[in-house]
Amino acid sequence: MKPPPFAYHAPVSVDEALAALAETGPHGKVLAGGQSLIPLLNMRLAAPSHLVDINRIGELDTIAARPGGVRVGALARHAAVERSAEAAAVLPLLRQALALVAHPVIRNRGTVVGSLVHADPSAEMPAVLALLGGSVRLARLGGEREVAAADFFTGPMESAIGPGELAVSAFFPVPPPRSGTAFREVARRHGDYAVAGMAALVTLDEDLRIAAARVACVSVGPAPVVIDLSDACGRRPAASVSWDAVAAAVRDGIDPDGDIHATAEYRRHLTGVLAVRALKDAARNAGTEAVDE
Amino acid sequence: MTTKLFGEPVQRREDARLVTGQGHYLDDFGPGALAAAFVRSPHAHARITDIDVSAALDVEGLVAVYTWEDLPGALAEPLPLLIPHPALTHGRTAYPLARDIVRHVGEPVVMVVAEDRYLAEDACALIEVEYEFLKPVVGVEEAVQGAHLVHEDVPGNVGAHLVQEVPSREGRSAADAIDAAPHRLEFRLDIERSASMPLEGRGVYARWDAGDGSLRVYSSTQTSTSVRMAVAAKLGLPLPKVEVIAPDVGGGFGVKIVHPWPEEILVPWAARTLGREVKWTEDRREHFVSSAHERAQVQHVRVGFDDEGRVLGLDVTILHDHGAYTPYGIIVPIITSTQLLGPYKIGAYRVEFSSIYTNTVQVTPYRGAGRPQAVFCMERTLDRVAAYLGKDRTEVRAANFIGPDEFPYDQGLIFQDGRPLVYDSGNYPESLRMLKEMVGWDSFPEMKARAAAEGRRIGIGIGCYVEGTGVGPYEGGHVQVTSDGRVHVSTGLTSQGQGHETVFAQIAATELGVPIERVSVVTGDTRRFGYAVGTFASRAAVMSGNAIALACRKVREKALRIAADALEADPRDLEITDGIVHVAGTPSASIPLATVAVLSNPLRYAFDEEAKRATQFSGTSAMDRPPVDEGEEPGLEGRDYYSPIRSTFASGMHAAIVETDPETAEITILRYAVVHDCGKLINPMIVEGQIHGGVAQGVGGALYEKMVYDEHGQLLNASFMDFLMPYATEVPRIETAHLETPSPLNPLGIKGAGEAGVIPVSAVIASAIEDAEGIPIDRMPISPSDLYTLRLRLAG
Repeated sequence: MKPPPFAYHAPVSVDEALAALAETGPHGKVLAGGQSLIPLLNMRLAAPSHLVDINRIGELDTIAARPGGVRVGALARHAAVERSAEAAAVLPLLRQALALVAHPVIRNRGTVVGSLVHADPSAEMPAVLALLGGSVRLARLGGEREVAAADFFTGPMESAIGPGELAVSAFFPVPPPRSGTAFREVARRHGDYAVAGMAALVTLDEDLRIAAARVACVSVGPAPVVIDLSDACGRRPAASVSWDAVAAAVRDGIDPDGDIHATAEYRRHLTGVLAVRALKDAARNAGTEAVDE
Repeated sequence: MTTKLFGEPVQRREDARLVTGQGHYLDDFGPGALAAAFVRSPHAHARITDIDVSAALDVEGLVAVYTWEDLPGALAEPLPLLIPHPALTHGRTAYPLARDIVRHVGEPVVMVVAEDRYLAEDACALIEVEYEFLKPVVGVEEAVQGAHLVHEDVPGNVGAHLVQEVPSREGRSAADAIDAAPHRLEFRLDIERSASMPLEGRGVYARWDAGDGSLRVYSSTQTSTSVRMAVAAKLGLPLPKVEVIAPDVGGGFGVKIVHPWPEEILVPWAARTLGREVKWTEDRREHFVSSAHERAQVQHVRVGFDDEGRVLGLDVTILHDHGAYTPYGIIVPIITSTQLLGPYKIGAYRVEFSSIYTNTVQVTPYRGAGRPQAVFCMERTLDRVAAYLGKDRTEVRAANFIGPDEFPYDQGLIFQDGRPLVYDSGNYPESLRMLKEMVGWDSFPEMKARAAAEGRRIGIGIGCYVEGTGVGPYEGGHVQVTSDGRVHVSTGLTSQGQGHETVFAQIAATELGVPIERVSVVTGDTRRFGYAVGTFASRAAVMSGNAIALACRKVREKALRIAADALEADPRDLEITDGIVHVAGTPSASIPLATVAVLSNPLRYAFDEEAKRATQFSGTSAMDRPPVDEGEEPGLEGRDYYSPIRSTFASGMHAAIVETDPETAEITILRYAVVHDCGKLINPMIVEGQIHGGVAQGVGGALYEKMVYDEHGQLLNASFMDFLMPYATEVPRIETAHLETPSPLNPLGIKGAGEAGVIPVSAVIASAIEDAEGIPIDRMPISPSDLYTLRLRLAG
């Protein structure tokens, strides 16, 4: 459990980091919080010949909460985003989801953008970005691009980030007025990756009927699975929605695998149960969350 | 004896050191030592056809590479089979480095020594081993078919087969008693693999002193004395030239009683061969695939019983998965088959086990050591009997209890120490009464009905056990009072965090009448005490505790004799209080124990003021006797041993209330209650701590932990990400009550407590889930996914 040899780069600015990444190309790997990368290195499951450590780049340690959304810099730790009152005020879902990300000591070190780039389909933050239709900003020497969540998560542990690129920030947009969000999951132990779980977003119309509803499911596909349930909810108030039909629609929309912790059948069932619970929470929150009016 | 600390909740004296980072664990030693690392088999079953180390030779900092062919003499032989047994007809152990065939993933093949562990692992990655694949044997039921063999010369993969049969009082066999019984049931039970999984893995650090030809070995072991003998034998060294020390050990739970591990003899050998300090610290992946597991069994049960639920005949057939090797013999299935009867007297009993080889990590004792499986079997059986008869589960248990007036009670079996299984004492009806009251057993049906009205499912479960503790053959204690008044206690067995520094000091302080602050305790250091067996089987308090008490009594007697001389008093009139020997009722006629220690050792040379009193011109020595009289020894010290006629039998009963989510099938423990009887309590706080830790491990075994092997013999969850030990968030608050039924077998009246907590937990949780769900639970652990599958099966 010791990593193979690698060259270590410690840039102090984004420009230096991009230069190092340009130079090392496919052999370079970015080290941020290290909560996934370091175990992979120690178990020799990853063997990049260059590590570019961005922890000294202060300009990436940012959380910018604006009425339209929250932009999180590449060095913002989970714990900092979770504790940010400004971020929680415009986008309660961030805090709802981050409370379920691993344990406090991991959240103290791990970064939100690092979790997105790691692209684990069992992780919470990719689902949040996918649900909200957010994006990741990728910089490279001499340019940058903004990649939508739908295009960013390309497979299990695979993202659109290319050699020489650095994910410098992610943008989580605020949903329309009268929206509510929730995150529900079942993990084997407190803080584990979820057996199944989801972020849910419900938008009500002026008569408090469900105008739009969607969920982003974790642990049931190669990437977060976003399912639009607006039709299944049938433009009714939450109290009169046919929730069994909603659960069925969710179960039809996923194709989970079984593993040592759960059968595919259980995952499918559980995802339906959690979707209903999360959507009910989100509908309730739509009346109370301090979203931009 | 006024300094009474025995029985008091004294805070653990070792904790200040251990919880502030001052502990000294194996890897804290030898910061400059060379590092060893191992190339281990990636295959479950294969023949080694070639080992090419040439690429590794280019790694800068490489010091040595060893394969089996490099091993001299006894090192090249298979590792010892520690506990032979006539029924173990086909015992097999591994070579320290694989000789030609590897039989599980993780078996060591090549040893690399380099300047540090990083370089050693780099070199390991460059060594190419060619294998010819052999068919892996995985799963005990496949193995017993014998289509493919783990060891070519072990037909049917059966290492051992043992039957014990106890006829009824009327002389009926179990089969006849079952056939003649008014009611009969037959079913199958399954228990999965788990493991000790101490937070500190194994580790060895050795330094060879070429000047005087001596070897010092530090090992994270549960038995330093026996490691010492094994190392001396394997390396051909005179025993007095080998010292073995168990430093602070970060948990053992059984896996570290196995010895010598390959690394435990290879590292000292490399240190001597290279003339350098060498260290190996096991990493977590190595611990998963290269140490030991436990628990896995398949049990077939036949039971016959009467209308009251009294068991008239019980027949249990066990397939025990022993993994690839049997270095610790068949202790685990012997314990399962002999402890299965718990607190019950049943009509006739027959138990048969087959110990089966598979191409998986070897199976050796893990806390509980076969008892959790035994209790699962017996308690599931009694729950089924109760369900069949429509009776309360506690009534059926009470109907089968051994009465408080029936001790000593002979179960008619031969226990793990080779001696008759005779319970020394106990009070099972009182335990049950206390437990029912604590958990509110009789009012639970109303609670359950109220929950059901809210759409919630809750259930209550119970499990009872008897645990043979304090097995022999012996332990010893040495107690020395030095001229500064300090008391130095040593015993040969080791500590892995149990609190020995506290409880042994409590015993010594109580016996000698000295403040506990003056007592220090050393364990597991062969420089201090060379004769010992080890720390396992809940035996340390019983064995070393009594030995230390006996040694203290020798010291006390000698101190009173010397003090009586000095005070011109009768030793029978003397007492020791706060380290002062005085005439009872006359505190002024006194002499400090420190001075007694000075007087006990006639001196020629004074090295301080106190010592002057013992020199030849001080006038304290009688002229008509030699300074050290016949039959006496210099010094105020004593050594004694405790060797019991047989084991003591502790007992306990647990109950739990669980909730199951009707939709998600999540399982939550709402309450957990324990009544525990380990005889006289030395320290109730430490006993409770032991129970808490045991229950936590039991919760792991019941709801979370399993070793998932695929059909190729690959362990799929060899990391803490996928092998789920419970966090603090998964362990319920544990309510405990103590019952003290003293053991008549030893001077202190105590029984062991170390393993107790873990033993009945799977049975208890299964019982509670079954009560909540109304679905028979016959397999543990159980996950939400498993429960969901059971629900589907019942529904459809």
